[in-house]
Amino acid sequence: MTITINGQQVAVPSDPRVSLLDLLREHLHLGGSKKGCNQGACGACTVLADGERILSCLALAVQYEGRSVVSIEGLSPDGSLHPLQHAFIEHDGYQCGYCTPGQICSAVGMAGEAKRGLPSAVTADLAADAVQLTHDELRERMSGNLCRCGAHNGIIAAIADTFGRPAVAEAAE
Amino acid sequence: MSIIDTVKQAATGMMVKLTPDAPPDPLIARKHGALGTSVPRIDGPRKVRGKAQFAAEVPAENMTYAALLYSTVARGRITALDTAATEAVPGVVFVMTHRNAPRLKPPALFQTDPRAAGASSLPVMQDAEIHWNGEPVAIVLAETQEQADHAKSLITVAYQAEPARLSFAEAATQSHQPPNVMGEPAMIQVGDAEAALAGAAFKVDLTFRTPRHSHAAIEPHAATVWWDGDQLVVHDTTQMLHQERWTLAGIFGIPEESIRILSPFVGGGFGGKGLWSHQILAVAASKLSGRPVRVALSREGVFRIAGGRTTTEQRVALGAKADGTLAALIHTGIVAMTEHNNCPEQFTFPARHLYAADAMLLEQRVAEMDMLANTFMRAPGESIGTFALETAMDELAEAMGIDPIELRRRLEPEKDPTSGHAFSSRNILEAYAKGAERFGWDKRSPVPRSRREGEWLVGMGVATATYPYYRMPGAAARVTLTRDGHARVAMASHEMGMGTATVQAQAGADRLGLPVENVTFEYGDTLLPAGTIAGGSSQTASIAAAVTAASAKLVADLLKRAGNDSPLAGLSADDVEARDGGLGHRDGGDRFESYASILGRAGLEEVSAEAEAPPPMEVMSYSMHSYGAQFCEARVNAVTGEVRVSRFLGSFDTGRILNPRNATSQFRGGIIMGLGLALMEETEFDERSGRVMNPSLAEYHVPVHLDVPEIDVIWTDIPDPHAPLGAHGIGEIGITGVGAAVANAIYSATGKRVRDLPITLDKLL
Ligand code: FES
Ligand code: FES
Repeated sequence: MTITINGQQVAVPSDPRVSLLDLLREHLHLGGSKKGCNQGACGACTVLADGERILSCLALAVQYEGRSVVSIEGLSPDGSLHPLQHAFIEHDGYQCGYCTPGQICSAVGMAGEAKRGLPSAVTADLAADAVQLTHDELRERMSGNLCRCGAHNGIIAAIADTFGRPAVAEAAE
Repeated sequence: MSIIDTVKQAATGMMVKLTPDAPPDPLIARKHGALGTSVPRIDGPRKVRGKAQFAAEVPAENMTYAALLYSTVARGRITALDTAATEAVPGVVFVMTHRNAPRLKPPALFQTDPRAAGASSLPVMQDAEIHWNGEPVAIVLAETQEQADHAKSLITVAYQAEPARLSFAEAATQSHQPPNVMGEPAMIQVGDAEAALAGAAFKVDLTFRTPRHSHAAIEPHAATVWWDGDQLVVHDTTQMLHQERWTLAGIFGIPEESIRILSPFVGGGFGGKGLWSHQILAVAASKLSGRPVRVALSREGVFRIAGGRTTTEQRVALGAKADGTLAALIHTGIVAMTEHNNCPEQFTFPARHLYAADAMLLEQRVAEMDMLANTFMRAPGESIGTFALETAMDELAEAMGIDPIELRRRLEPEKDPTSGHAFSSRNILEAYAKGAERFGWDKRSPVPRSRREGEWLVGMGVATATYPYYRMPGAAARVTLTRDGHARVAMASHEMGMGTATVQAQAGADRLGLPVENVTFEYGDTLLPAGTIAGGSSQTASIAAAVTAASAKLVADLLKRAGNDSPLAGLSADDVEARDGGLGHRDGGDRFESYASILGRAGLEEVSAEAEAPPPMEVMSYSMHSYGAQFCEARVNAVTGEVRVSRFLGSFDTGRILNPRNATSQFRGGIIMGLGLALMEETEFDERSGRVMNPSLAEYHVPVHLDVPEIDVIWTDIPDPHAPLGAHGIGEIGITGVGAAVANAIYSATGKRVRDLPITLDKLL
């Protein structure tokens, strides 16, 4: 009964009430995934489960048995920075930094969705194989990640820089 | 005691020593330093890696987790309280209610003493009495958060409800002037404004309503606390470290020195991260249980026990003469407050300093309600005061048939209209001119509802932004210089995302003549010299003044130590300046010695100096304010009433800009919170029960990515010669004027005036 978290096998918690977020934060002391609401409204707890972005506060840890979860700490495990992390620094895509890990994990998952052609509410061509990440697409697709400091412009600029141009779309993988 | 009183008191006795016209900070003239450059945030790599540790993430051996239970009546008494089922839950360690809580003194209310941090003076869990709907009635500690949350749900409480004051309209009938508003009189009267209004050639007389707001920082309030014998350690998320320490010491009757508070990262503050009841309850419960406590408020908990901006009703009446100058300026109104706190939302402050008028009536009143104490939230007063004043200005310009920017040109005062002081630095018309040009203001049609693109009606609006310059007294900094040419600057100040550590490293580098990478700024810990609060956009100036004092002391000490063998021998502190990693004669000649050489000869590894900033005399002699012009383009859907802000530009006059990249982010952050204030934010208060009805981020709406356009920010960058570094704080001005700029743009688009925030689509149909 284990979950793979950032490449490590971790035992599923014995208390079935433990959320994936609390497993990370309280049991494993991986504080990078943030708790902003614990009810699915802010996106601060976003992690990647088998490459897809999920809200870990709404996920019971036991449901993720056998799955592979990557949190902000595992995004660039060798200690270097992921290109998106670089871009956040470059574009000042944060102030307090509390929403930041969620924004970054969410954007990585979002880029994968666009690549797979998943449409959003503002996508014009629902049949396209891949979605061009325009300014509106990025803003719509990132709207589940709240930022109260108002770093929105920098966040979107960082994501556009990393995933908006086709040449670097591979960084999503 | 107010901030201003504190300043006055601190200044008494120093009057003789300090001339009001102290020479400008020499760093203002220095062109090639670290200041003014976009040094990336020092803590950036930690933040993007998720390695910045916040208060709820601090580990402790033997941790317990707290859950709070909140009252469900607004006024009354607890008549029965049963915790037996809770105590029987496996994992529950301790349950505290008013019956077993230790006797605690009430918190010293913020502003009653410069060291006080209490958001309310109500005693915390000391008896059966209930004062607001949401007051904590029990705290449960358990081995896990899951156990604590479940166990808390098993407590049964019965209340004897009593009549509560829950209607703002009713409370307003009993309103009164507070003794003062932030140390200034609650009422200012010049001439007979009502008579002048009656006789004016053009006039508007309008009522505005603004709702309660929540800071809604994405990090909920949280603390991890423990006792080590009689030593208390509090890992908190706070904007007032030393003030919280002094206040906790008073509540628990222990010496200040036995408390250490750490707060290296604050996940958004905006005025909300002060001393509320949860820290007090956690400290008490930890004392009684002998275990460390993590109290991490749920999002609902934040709405129940940490107050926000209060509701207001304001009147703005403007009377203009035929030449377009003001005969009468009236701004009055009422805010909801409690008798246990003192935050009357200084909404008349902008009108006290912005416009010339023959007669004025500016009056603030408060109405007491039985509710959670309201508190300071990003530009308290100024944010909502400018909504009313600047919307009224737009309406007056229209009544007069002139451009709103032209109206402001005609009303520009020579000196401060209420204090009579000279302005230290005021370039508001330049900010308007620059902004208008860049935004394309000349393309705006003066006729509302004259531009339509498909379903969308498009309009442009403008409004003035303004916020005072404050510098808080009582701050001390320590500067330590090491032989290898590095420096550590230390003060117990706060980083909530403003870029404090980065900008202060820049300032320290220029002050000491060192490269910025050789300077670190230490903050966020009460073991460091006492800092001032992070509030009133004052922290940058407050720190800079203390660092200047400490650096001067350090230079004097270095000269003494340099001795007669130094090329500096015989020079006084006034003759030298810090440059190139050492001290040199101000004449720029070759009398210079490096720090390494001075320390080496003296056989020292490091030298250190600590000093307190002089009292902020500059605010006694000058009218010191920041200004800006906010430009908005709004699109309103003619079918649905939806509003989209499609373009926004802020043009600011806030003294020298210290770090353009950080500054842009801070201005944008304020503007975006202003978009929320304009269009969506409201903490809904049920006037039947006193309960906040939308205590979640799903129902309290803040701007999301799709609501936020690319925001353009420009500035005059003209230094204020009377401010340290020539700079003003910029954390709050961004939100001011935004509400009116948006409302005015919506009017330009649709021909509809909405004077009741937030401007939701139902009000536009
Ligand atoms: S903490 Fe999970 S969405 Fe807010
Ligand atoms: S950076 Fe503070 S909430 Fe986004």
